[in-house]
Amino acid sequence: MSNRGRMSGNEAVALAIRQIDPDVIAAFPITPSTEIPQFVSRFKADGLITTEFITVESEHSAMSACIGAEASGVRAMTATSSAGMALMYEVLYVAASDRLPIVLAAVNRALTGPININAEHSDSMGARDSGWIQIYSENAQEAYDNMLMAHRIGEHPDVMLPVMICQDGFITSHAIENILTEDDAPVRAFVGTYEPEHHLLDPETSVAIGPYGVSPYVFELKRAQAYAMECARDVIIDVAKDFEKTFGRSYGFFEEYRMDDAEFAVLLMGSAAGTGKVAVDRLRGRGVKAGLVKLRTFRPFPADALAAALSGRSGRGGRDGRGGTLKSLAIMDRSEGFSGFGGPLGAEVRAALYGRADGLKTINIIYGLGGRDVRVEDFEDLYTELDAMQGMEARDIPYVRSLGQREG
Amino acid sequence: MAYNAYSLKEVANKPERLAAGHRMCAGCGSTVAVRAVMRALRPEDKAVVTLATSCLEVSTMTYPYTSWEDSYIHTAFENAAATTSGVAAGYAAKKKKGKLGETYKFITFGGDGGTYDIGFQSLSGAMERGTDMVYVCYDNEAYMNTGIQRSSSTPMYADTTTSAVGPDSDGKPQYKKDLTAIMAAHRIPYVAQTTFIGNFKDLHQKAETAIYTEGPAFLNVMAPCPRGWRYAEKDLMDICKAAVETCVWPLFEVVDGEWVLNYEPKNKLPVTEYLRLQGRFKHLFKPENAALLDRIQDDVDHRWEELKTRAGAL
Repeated sequence: MSNRGRMSGNEAVALAIRQIDPDVIAAFPITPSTEIPQFVSRFKADGLITTEFITVESEHSAMSACIGAEASGVRAMTATSSAGMALMYEVLYVAASDRLPIVLAAVNRALTGPININAEHSDSMGARDSGWIQIYSENAQEAYDNMLMAHRIGEHPDVMLPVMICQDGFITSHAIENILTEDDAPVRAFVGTYEPEHHLLDPETSVAIGPYGVSPYVFELKRAQAYAMECARDVIIDVAKDFEKTFGRSYGFFEEYRMDDAEFAVLLMGSAAGTGKVAVDRLRGRGVKAGLVKLRTFRPFPADALAAALSGRSGRGGRDGRGGTLKSLAIMDRSEGFSGFGGPLGAEVRAALYGRADGLKTINIIYGLGGRDVRVEDFEDLYTELDAMQGMEARDIPYVRSLGQREG
Repeated sequence: MAYNAYSLKEVANKPERLAAGHRMCAGCGSTVAVRAVMRALRPEDKAVVTLATSCLEVSTMTYPYTSWEDSYIHTAFENAAATTSGVAAGYAAKKKKGKLGETYKFITFGGDGGTYDIGFQSLSGAMERGTDMVYVCYDNEAYMNTGIQRSSSTPMYADTTTSAVGPDSDGKPQYKKDLTAIMAAHRIPYVAQTTFIGNFKDLHQKAETAIYTEGPAFLNVMAPCPRGWRYAEKDLMDICKAAVETCVWPLFEVVDGEWVLNYEPKNKLPVTEYLRLQGRFKHLFKPENAALLDRIQDDVDHRWEELKTRAGAL
């Protein structure tokens, strides 16, 4: 039986942490994720969790301690944002290659340069090739639900990879929303316990974690790691199905909003999806066949399913058996890639579509940098632009443009 | 603790916890330090060893082989102490939940690069938090794994590949950082400085105290490197002895904030007796560099007097 609650994204994540009661949390404060370790300290002080709370002196040490803890055979979690995640980058790779299913609550914030505390995806995008599963949340409800699914995904024997649950700084982490929460007992039953096959504290067998890897072995280890990421696709869907059966809320690789007969669509991740959906509803009211795709799983990247859905072919996580009505698509990045032709989401979605959705015209939109608002009207203008793109030659459509940036 | 029972023969006959066959150089101090520390573990106790990235790490755990009889973890260069914090927390969680009966000890080894420099913050944090662990620095006074670059532990005027000696350079221009004193300033229960002397009693006793003291403990072990210091492999013990007899590397411990001097040479030798054994100081013995030797002697004398004052000796 779900309960009605009213809380911020950070509170929702903290509630999930209290319910999961992980063995170890190591964290260092950074805006806007600071509240999460504060809640952990409060839970400990009030005797609500059994967690060992390591108040480390940096995010690098937070992730290092999580690696040590998870390697000792227990559940370890942390939370961070922005520069904190950037400080972890080195050891994020270590966590993944050691196949340690640590869970990180990421509250997305712009990387420094200049320093800014607001929502942007540049922090987790910098970690996109680190070997972590990355799941993005639109709102507090999704942040909560994704946290409850994270351990099941990462700890699956076919996967054994760390998982990052992302939500947008302030917009989601600090805004109070109505959400549905679950009772402790069914949450604990759903999450289950963690009994890894190998760990440092096995009295029967010593293990060595983090060896020096010589050339004759490293390639095979990396291939195994890549295969685990491929296996995560099935596990993400299976866990989502079980989650829906248990708690009634449905998730896939992505959400398709009014895409059935859509001719113009935007594809994006995170909180701006809510704004985009309002624009879609308004446009639909005016007879415009607008739709929206909200990507939830960025790692592993659901290339097949996405290409199938956007081209109208059926695919796992996408629609079944509907015609390819989509004519133009805006892929929206909340981070600048500095590649000279757009952001990471734009590059990856286009790569997934290449040869599989010929004729679909695309543009990459950079938006929301440094927490810049994206309004319903911005989306409405964007759909007008997508309409205009239909009559253009693909080569005349710019690869990328920015939205909401002042000129001059 | 009563140490009267110490017998090198006895402890040396304990099963090795760092097996032979690793790829460290002959005449290297680091594995000597490791074996001596690990001998202080009670046979019935288990250990998890953490290593900072180092010669020791890449040469003793080269996949798919390991020389470590105990469980072992390496994550990166600058975070060995933080990594151990996590393992110790996992252990505490298991103990609290009744999931583990065995006793484990947590021993971390880092070179001076991983300890004095890049891993300094992580070490300071773990010590300040009171992690029940032993951090052992095997101090060979330069970044040896990458090819003998200077560190903050490198002594003044040493010749390294990033403090090269030439017409315009006398070697490293700065003093060596006094890390042992900095660790003592953390007010942790046990800090000690030692090296390889005689029958290894000093090192053994300090390792035993460090391992079996509840809370954080720090051991700084001078562990020469034949490549970086440029000495013949067989001279390892002579160099350590000279370091102690010249008071370049005094033996002391800080127990619950009390400084204790463990050895005072009857006849304190001039620093040249230590420096002349090593190629990295060869340039100092040119006649025109006599003033440099004087400066080193002055510094050693000053530090020695300071230590004696702290320890309340004399």
